[in-house]
Amino acid sequence: MSIARGVRSTRSARTVRIASGQGFWGDDLDAPVRQVRGGRIDYLMLDYLAEVTMSIMRKQQLRDPAAGYARDFVPLMERIIGDCVERDIRVVTNAGGVNPSECARAVAEAGRRAGAGGRARIGVVTGDDIVDRLDDLIAAGHPLEHMESGEPLESVRHLVRSANVYLGARPIVEALRRGARIVVTGRSTDTALTYAPMAWEFGWSWDAYDLLASGVVAGHINECGAQASGGNCSADWWEIPDLARVGFPIIEAGPDGSFVVTKHPGSGGVVTLRTVKEQLLYEMGDPESYITPDVTADFTTIRLARQGPDRIRVHGIRGGPPTPFLKVSVACSAGYKAVGTLVYAWPDAAAKARAAARILRERLDRLGLAFDRVLVELVGWDATHGHLAGEPPPDLPEVQLRVGVRGQDRAAVERFTREIAPLVLTGPPSVTGFAGGRPRVQEMVAYWPALIERTVVEPHLAVDVFEV
Amino acid sequence: MPRIPLLELAHARSGDKGDTANIGLIAYDPMDYPLILEQVTADRVKHHFGSLVRGAVERFELDNLYAVNFLLHGALDGGGTVSLMTDAQGKVFSTALLRMEIEVPEEVATRVAGRGRQPARRKESAS
Repeated sequence: MSIARGVRSTRSARTVRIASGQGFWGDDLDAPVRQVRGGRIDYLMLDYLAEVTMSIMRKQQLRDPAAGYARDFVPLMERIIGDCVERDIRVVTNAGGVNPSECARAVAEAGRRAGAGGRARIGVVTGDDIVDRLDDLIAAGHPLEHMESGEPLESVRHLVRSANVYLGARPIVEALRRGARIVVTGRSTDTALTYAPMAWEFGWSWDAYDLLASGVVAGHINECGAQASGGNCSADWWEIPDLARVGFPIIEAGPDGSFVVTKHPGSGGVVTLRTVKEQLLYEMGDPESYITPDVTADFTTIRLARQGPDRIRVHGIRGGPPTPFLKVSVACSAGYKAVGTLVYAWPDAAAKARAAARILRERLDRLGLAFDRVLVELVGWDATHGHLAGEPPPDLPEVQLRVGVRGQDRAAVERFTREIAPLVLTGPPSVTGFAGGRPRVQEMVAYWPALIERTVVEPHLAVDVFEV
Repeated sequence: MPRIPLLELAHARSGDKGDTANIGLIAYDPMDYPLILEQVTADRVKHHFGSLVRGAVERFELDNLYAVNFLLHGALDGGGTVSLMTDAQGKVFSTALLRMEIEVPEEVATRVAGRGRQPARRKESAS
């Protein structure tokens, strides 16, 4: 597939409003509806993917070839597609997961049910999924070494569950150019969902690195939903109003790359320098070198200014060229784990919980069960800050004992799950909280980040646009 | 000089990338940013977390935001779905860092005293 080098939009808007509607798969289901109906927006971006999400979706697809995407997206589009057509709003999402084509097909069906047949086009981006090409790629000299350990993927090849390349904005722009109202991708970067509409609307060229870097910063602010507008904000959290109706962030972008972060009038939450700064630093690595498929952004050049209530202006951003590589997210099966809990009450709650953990470990030893790791935490005391919490006082009202094990032998982990409940009658007293039944054994998936030369990926990218 | 917790000088957000936790530490007031730069070094943070962080600690400065970013390598028990930790995604390393104490001039300690915590509710006048 060839993707247009220079982009040009038929629209010549001076300000484009790109609303965030979803920060992860499992976020507030009604947030996108509030974004569409609560005021004027031009684009709705919906981020559904996290590092582990792709492997979960792959597992679903192996059971059912028509699955493997964020299913919530389909009923959502059935609710809002009419509004999107009437208000001329475009939707850009990575809800496609490991199966964007099936996702788009289901959305088209939902759109027809909602009466949008013949009134909207859907664009689908494919080519990020390289799981079926892995053997060929390795044979052709692409070792897909782990970015931290340097180990080649060959060593865990038989354990690979999914492998997807992070794609940038170009295929999304191509779908928009071909008139798509809804663009469904697989593993696009979270930020591309926001800056692709900016690049398209303003006709930015692919070597306008400062502009693209501004788009990346806008995308980073949008990609976690309400985390930029008052949610999970540690600065004076008790003063943040009306989080029950929190307004998700909206980027008001201009052609020069500068933009304002805001939210719909009358919605809950706040947009302040503090909420925006906290989100800018979220999941940050080296701030001078925020690498994406299209540009390397420098977060140390960001300038922020308060422009009014719930309005933060962002400008001054510099960027440089991207690297010759794209990042690959590989998920590998990594054994089994289980976590069991019991609750101990006053007095000496923590001492009782620790005694129970010692008894449990001795029993596991006597059974000859070996694990790669056993972790004991006292929820209510040290589960979040470890030894920084100091020693628990004897008058602690209650504590939850939480014991986790992991290993390669499923039977051993299974047996562990049967050793929790017996502690109720055979261990320290004033214990409860076991009504949930035995813990569940979970298959673990390890994340294997790698790099691949973009030249072996880009020729495989495809954009398909069709009518609902 | 008085010692105060970082909680009174800065707010923070943390998250994960694989087995690495990141913490963004942001001065409430730009005038306190130099104190943070001087005292909240990568070494001090590594020492503060002790056995909670197996690998190195890196620090990056964002003077434009009056903020620093820390990478805590080997902090999440393997990270992702492998980790057994309650906080497998490193979400509360933020406030764990805000526990750290630093030395500040008397006037700073007085100015920021009580920051970072919800003010006690006033008792109802009845009763």
